Amino acid sequence: MTYIASDTEAMLEGDDNERAFVETKRQHPLSGFWRTPKSRVGLIIFAAFVLLAIVGPMVAPFNPNALTDDLLQPPSLKHIFGTTLTGQDVFSQFLVGARSVMVVGLIAGTVATLLGVIVGINAALFPGFADEFLSALANVFLVIPALPLIILIAGFIPNGGGWITVSLVISVTGWAWGSRVIRAQTLSLRNRDFVQAARATGKSTSSLIVFEIFPNLVPIIAGGFVGTVNFAILSMVSLSFIGIGSSSDWNWGTILFWAQGQQALSQGAWWWFVPPGLAIAILGMGLTLITLGIDEFVNPKLRAGGLDLKALKRAKVRSRVGYTAVLPEKGRS
Amino acid sequence: MKYIARRIIFYLITAWAAITINFLLPRLLPGDPVQALLLRFKGQISEQATQSLYVLFGLDKSQSLWSQYISYWVQLFRGDLGLSFTFFPTPVSQVIGQSLPWTLVLVGVSTVIGFALGTAAGVIAGWRRGGWTERLIPVTSFFSSIPYFWLALLLISIFAVNLHWFSDAGGYDILTDPGWNLDFILSAAYHGILPALTIVISSFAGWMLGMRNMMVTVTSEDYVVVAHAKGLSERTVNFAYAARNAILPSVSGFALSLGFIVGGTLLTEMVFSYPGIGYTMFQAVQAKDYPLMQGMFLVITFAVLFANLVADMVYVFLDPRTRSEV
Amino acid sequence: MNDARSEDPVLEIKNLCVSYGTGSGEVRALENITVTLNRGEVLGLAGESGSGKSTLVYGATRLLSPPGIVTSGEVLYHPPTGGEAVAILRVDDDKLRQLRWNDIAIVFQGSMNSLSPVFRIERQLTDVIAKHRPASSRIERSTRARELLKMVGIPQDRLIAYPHQLSGGMRQRVMIAMAMALNPDVVIMDEPTTALDVVMQRQILQEILRLRSKLNFSVIFITHDVSLLIELADRIAIMYAGRIVEEGPAQDLYRNPQHPYTYGLLNSFPSLHGERKEIVGIPGSPPDLQNMPSGCPFTPRCPFAFEACHKSMPPLTGSDQFPREAHVVACHLHSADSARVPIELSSPRVRGSV
Repeated sequence: MTYIASDTEAMLEGDDNERAFVETKRQHPLSGFWRTPKSRVGLIIFAAFVLLAIVGPMVAPFNPNALTDDLLQPPSLKHIFGTTLTGQDVFSQFLVGARSVMVVGLIAGTVATLLGVIVGINAALFPGFADEFLSALANVFLVIPALPLIILIAGFIPNGGGWITVSLVISVTGWAWGSRVIRAQTLSLRNRDFVQAARATGKSTSSLIVFEIFPNLVPIIAGGFVGTVNFAILSMVSLSFIGIGSSSDWNWGTILFWAQGQQALSQGAWWWFVPPGLAIAILGMGLTLITLGIDEFVNPKLRAGGLDLKALKRAKVRSRVGYTAVLPEKGRS
Repeated sequence: MKYIARRIIFYLITAWAAITINFLLPRLLPGDPVQALLLRFKGQISEQATQSLYVLFGLDKSQSLWSQYISYWVQLFRGDLGLSFTFFPTPVSQVIGQSLPWTLVLVGVSTVIGFALGTAAGVIAGWRRGGWTERLIPVTSFFSSIPYFWLALLLISIFAVNLHWFSDAGGYDILTDPGWNLDFILSAAYHGILPALTIVISSFAGWMLGMRNMMVTVTSEDYVVVAHAKGLSERTVNFAYAARNAILPSVSGFALSLGFIVGGTLLTEMVFSYPGIGYTMFQAVQAKDYPLMQGMFLVITFAVLFANLVADMVYVFLDPRTRSEV
Repeated sequence: MNDARSEDPVLEIKNLCVSYGTGSGEVRALENITVTLNRGEVLGLAGESGSGKSTLVYGATRLLSPPGIVTSGEVLYHPPTGGEAVAILRVDDDKLRQLRWNDIAIVFQGSMNSLSPVFRIERQLTDVIAKHRPASSRIERSTRARELLKMVGIPQDRLIAYPHQLSGGMRQRVMIAMAMALNPDVVIMDEPTTALDVVMQRQILQEILRLRSKLNFSVIFITHDVSLLIELADRIAIMYAGRIVEEGPAQDLYRNPQHPYTYGLLNSFPSLHGERKEIVGIPGSPPDLQNMPSGCPFTPRCPFAFEACHKSMPPLTGSDQFPREAHVVACHLHSADSARVPIELSSPRVRGSV
C-alpha cells in the first residue's frame, strides 16, 4: 500500500496551536526542502526516471515487438535484461515502456490535482450548499475502492483506449484525496489573521485567492500531486497487468502481463519480471520520499533538525521528550 | 451517536452513487457487446434471464432512462444481478457468493495483521527518534511502493518455485473435499500464506509510516510533557498517552487505506489464481463478462462501506470527543 | 551579613545555561541564571513572551522538549527532611521520576492540550498516585481524586468527564488539583491564569493562596502580568532576553523598581485608584535571541540608556541603594555612580512623594 499522508489533516487541525519553536537561522523556505536528504534523494530518483522516459525509446537497441531467435535468454551483453519467450528484448521493452508510464502518471496526476484544487478551494471559500455537495462528492469517491472502479470503467471501453483515456479514468478516481486536504488547509487559512486583514482592506475574493491563500497552499498541493502521480502510475501498471488497456502499447505493466501469461515464473525467467517491478518500486519510493520531505516541510515538528544528533551522540547524551539532554560537566562545576 | 448516524447516511449515499454509476456505465460508453453475447446464447437463456439482462444493460430502447433506472433498482432489490457469461448459465450472485468468502478471509486476516504489526512498528519508530529508526524510513518507503502483484510474483518465485515451501497457485489442494473438514481448512490455510504475506508486507509500510509521523506529532503535545512531568514511566507515557492518541488518525484514515488494500488484494489473487473475487474479476475482464464485472464492483463497494462503518464504530469507541452530545 | 537568600532554600538554580539546538544553529535561551526558591515562599517570575521564564523552569526540571538542551549549570533540590540535596540535572532517570510530582509538581496551563483527550479526569488524577504510591488501592485513589476535586471546588460528577467537556476555568482547576495529588514540596505554576478572564483569574488566585496556606508548599509562579505578582509573591524576579534583570522582595520591587524594564512593566497597567496617569508601556519588541546585540539587551528599548549600555552586559548585583543582596539589579545605571540614577528608578526617599 502506498504511504498516504492521511495524518496531514490531523496536522492541519493542530496548526494554530503553535508552541514556541525556535527556528534556526533564517533561510529561504525552499532550501529547507532541498536540504532534507529524503527529498533530495526522492527528487534525484524522479528526475532520473523522467530522463529515462524522454530518452528511453530513442536509445532502445531493439524494437520491443521484434521477435528474435534468442528465446528466453538470461541477461547478457546483447540483451541487458534478457529476452522473453518469443525472443523479444526485455530491455527495449523496458525503455520504451518508461515513457508511457511517466506520461500517464504525470497527466493523470496533473488533471487529478487540478480537479482537486478547484474543488478544494471552492468548497472552502464558498461555504453552504456547494461546499456540502462537493465535500460529499469527494468523500464518495474516496470511499469507493479505486482499482475496482477503474477496472470497471476501463473494461467498458472498447480496446481499453489509449493512454489518454486511461489517464482520464485514473484522474476521475484519484482527485478526491487531494481536494480534501486542500479544503482543510484553505479553511484553516481563511480564518488566519492575514487573510482577515486582507479582506478588511477590501481586497476582492479573486485576488485574495491568488495572492494570499494560494502561496500557502503550494506545499500541500505539491504533496498531493506527488502522491497522485504515485497512485496513477500504480493504477496504470495494474490495469495493463490485468490486460486492460492496449496490450500492444508497451509499458511496464504490459511486460509483466506477458511475463505472467507466458509462465515466466515457473520457468525461472526472473529477468523478465524483476526489472519492471523493481523500477516501479524505486520510482514509487522516490515519490514517497518527496512526499515525506514535503510533510516535514509543512510540519516542522517532523524535522529532526535543530539538534546536531551526532555531536550529542559523541557526548553520550540522548535528547528525549520529557528528559532534556544535559551536557556533561567539563571538569568540576 | 450522531456521528455514527451521519456516517451511515453517508455510506447509504455512497452506495446509491455506486449503484448509479453501475447503471450509467453501460449506457454511456460505446460498444454493445451484451447484444452480441445474447445472440450467441440465444435459446439457452430463459425468458426471465433475458429480461433481467435487458434491465441491467438498458437494451430495451423503448423505455425511458428514468423507468430503466427504476427497473434496475427493483431488480437489484430482488438480488438479481444477471447471468454470468463466463460461467454461463450461473447467476452472477452465485458466482460472487462462492468467491466472496475466500477474499473476505484473506483480506480480513491480512489487514488485521498488517495493521497491528505496522502500527506497533510505527509506535516504536516514533518513540525512539533519531538513530536507526530514521534510516528505516527509505527502506519502508521502498516497500510501501512495491506493487502488490509484483511482490506476489517475487514471493512465488522465491518461495514456491525455488524453495518449494509454499504452493504457487490455487486456494486449496484440489484433491481435498471443500467443506468444513480439517484437511480442507489446513490446505486452504497453507495456500493462503503467500497471498496473505504479500498483502501484509505491502500494507505494513504504509501503516508504519503513518503511525510514526503521528507519534512524532503527538509526542510534542503538551499532555505528553505533562505525563512525563508526573513521573510516569516512559513506557506508560508512550503507550497510554502518546500511542493511544496517535492511533486515532490511522483508524479514521482506514477508509482510504482499505480501498487501496482491496485493490491490491484483487491483484494478488490474480497472480496466485486464488479463488476469490479478484481472480474471478480477472476472468470476467478477460471474457468481457459485464454482468459479472458490474456485480462484483457493487459487492466489493458494499463490503468496503461496511468495513468502514465498523472502523467508524471503533473510532467512536476510541475517541470520546465524537461521543459528546455537546 | 543578613542575607535573605540563605534562609532555607528548597530549590537552588545555579548558573543555568540553556540553548535550543547545538552547533551553528544554537540559540542561547538562558544565560547563567542563578535564582533560589526558599521554603514556604512564593517566587514570582515575570517577563514578556520569549524572556525565558518557562524555559527556566522546564530546563531546571529537565522537561524541556528537544531541541532544548541544558548546556551547563546545577539545580539542587533540598528535601524537607533535611536529607542530601538532589542534583536534578545529574540524577538518573529513575530517581528523577521518583522526584517528579512527588516533590516537585507543575501546574501547566489548563489549555485543551494539557490533558489527554481520551482519558477521563479521574484516570488522569489517579494514575500519578498509582505510580508513586503503588501500595494504594483503587478505592483509596478514587477517594483521593474526590478530595482533590473538592479542594479546588469542582463538582464530583466531573470525575467521569472528559477534558473536552470542561470549561477553561475548570480545566485549570483540574491542573491545580492534579498538582496537589501527592502533596508536593514545590509547586511550579506556569501561567495558570493567562488564558482566563479576570474574574476567573481572581478566583483561581484565591484558590492557590488558600491551598498554599493549608498545605504549605513553596511556589514558583510564572506570568507575564507583573500586577498579579505584587499581591501574590514574596519575591519577584524579572526576566528579559534570557537573563534575570532584577530580583527582590515584591513590595520593594513595586515601590522602588530599579531596572528600567521593571519600571516599564509596572507602569504598563492602569491602577484602579489614584490619579490618572498616562500609560507608557514599553516601545519596541523583545530582541531576537539569534541576533543579540553586545552589551545590555534592553538597550534599544531603554529610555535611560547611555554609552556603557552598548558595551558590556551589566552584572546582577545589589546597588548603592540596597547594598544587601536582598534586592539586586542588572543595570549600568546602578552599578555606576548613583548620580546617574534617574528619578523614576530612585528610592522613595529620594523621590519624596508616593
